[in-house]
Amino acid sequence: MHRKQIATVLVLAGIVVLSGCATKPQTLYQWDGYQPQVYQYFKGESPEQQIVEMEKAQQIINAKGTSVPPGFHAHLGMLYSITGKSNDQIAAQFEDEKRLFPESTVYMEFLLAKIKNGEKL
Amino acid sequence: MIKRALKLVACVTPMIFAVGCATQKPAYDYTAFKAAKPRSILVLPPLNNTPEVNATNSFYAQVTYPLAEAGYYVLPVALVGETFRQNGLTTAADIHAVAPAKLQEIFGADAGMYINITKYGSTYVVMDSVIVVRAEAKLVDLKTGTVLWTGTASAANNEGGNNGGGGLVGALVAAAVKQIINSTTDASHPIAGMASSRLLSAGLYNGMLYGPRSTNYGKQ
Repeated sequence: MHRKQIATVLVLAGIVVLSGCATKPQTLYQWDGYQPQVYQYFKGESPEQQIVEMEKAQQIINAKGTSVPPGFHAHLGMLYSITGKSNDQIAAQFEDEKRLFPESTVYMEFLLAKIKNGEKL
Repeated sequence: MIKRALKLVACVTPMIFAVGCATQKPAYDYTAFKAAKPRSILVLPPLNNTPEVNATNSFYAQVTYPLAEAGYYVLPVALVGETFRQNGLTTAADIHAVAPAKLQEIFGADAGMYINITKYGSTYVVMDSVIVVRAEAKLVDLKTGTVLWTGTASAANNEGGNNGGGGLVGALVAAAVKQIINSTTDASHPIAGMASSRLLSAGLYNGMLYGPRSTNYGKQ
C-alpha cells in the first residue's frame, strides 16, 4: 500500500470516528410539523396552510418510519374541523391519536362524542 | 482607609454572589412524584406575568417537546385551549383556577402542569440588549391535588457557546432552537423554546423525572 493511500484511510477513519461522536441523540418522535404549526395556529395564521405543512410532515415521518409526537393527530383533526372537512375525516384523526396514545382515550372520546352530537369541538 | 475598605467590599461582594450561584440547591424530594407515577400531562395555558402579549402563545406552543421526549403523553395544547374556550374559560388565570378533579374528568390526564412566565423578551443592559425568558412550573396530581414537582428555568440569547447544560438535554435544547429558528422571525420565540426545554426536560438536576414512554423510566 502506498503511503498516500494509508494517509487517506487514516483520514477517513478519523472522519468516521468524529462523525460518530457528532450524531444526534435519538429522540422518541419526529418533531417536524407539530410545534411550529401549533404556533402558527396560535398566531391566527391560515389553517389551510397548517394542514398542508402537517400532511407533508406526516408523509416524511411515514417514509422514514419514525413516529409522530403526542398531539399531532388530534391537532390535525382540530384543523380539519375548522376548515369544514367531513366528520369521518375528523374522527379518523382522533381515532389515530387514541390508537397511538391510549393515554388520550378519555379526551378523544369526549371529542368524538361532540362530533357525533354535532357540537363544536 | 474607609474608601479602601469600601473598595474591598465592592470587590468581594460579587465574588460571594458568584460562589452563591455555584452551590447546588438541596435535592428535590421526589417521594410524591414517584408514588403518583403520572403517565399523561395536561399543560394548562401558561400565566403571563410579563408585558409581552405574545409570551403565553410562544411558550405554550413549545411545552410538548421536552415533556413528550421525557416520556409522557402530552395532551394537544391548542385543542385543550379550544375546549376551555367552549366552556367559557378564556384567560389563563381562569383556567388555572379550575378544580383539578374537574380537569381530570374532562381530559383524563394524570397530572396538570401549571406554568407561570415571569420574563419574556428584551432586557436592556449596559451596551447590550438581551432577550431573556424565565418561567416557573408546578406539576400537580389531578386526582388528589398533590404537588408532585416544582421547578424554574431561564434562557437568554447571550449565553455564547453554552449549549444548554451539555449531554443529551443540552443537545435537545440546541435542537429545539435550531428547529424553530428557521420558521420564525420572532427573536424571543427560540429563547422561549430553550427555557421550556430547560424547565421541562427530564434528566436535569432537580428537574422532571422520566415518564413511562422513556427507556430511562424508573431508573432515577
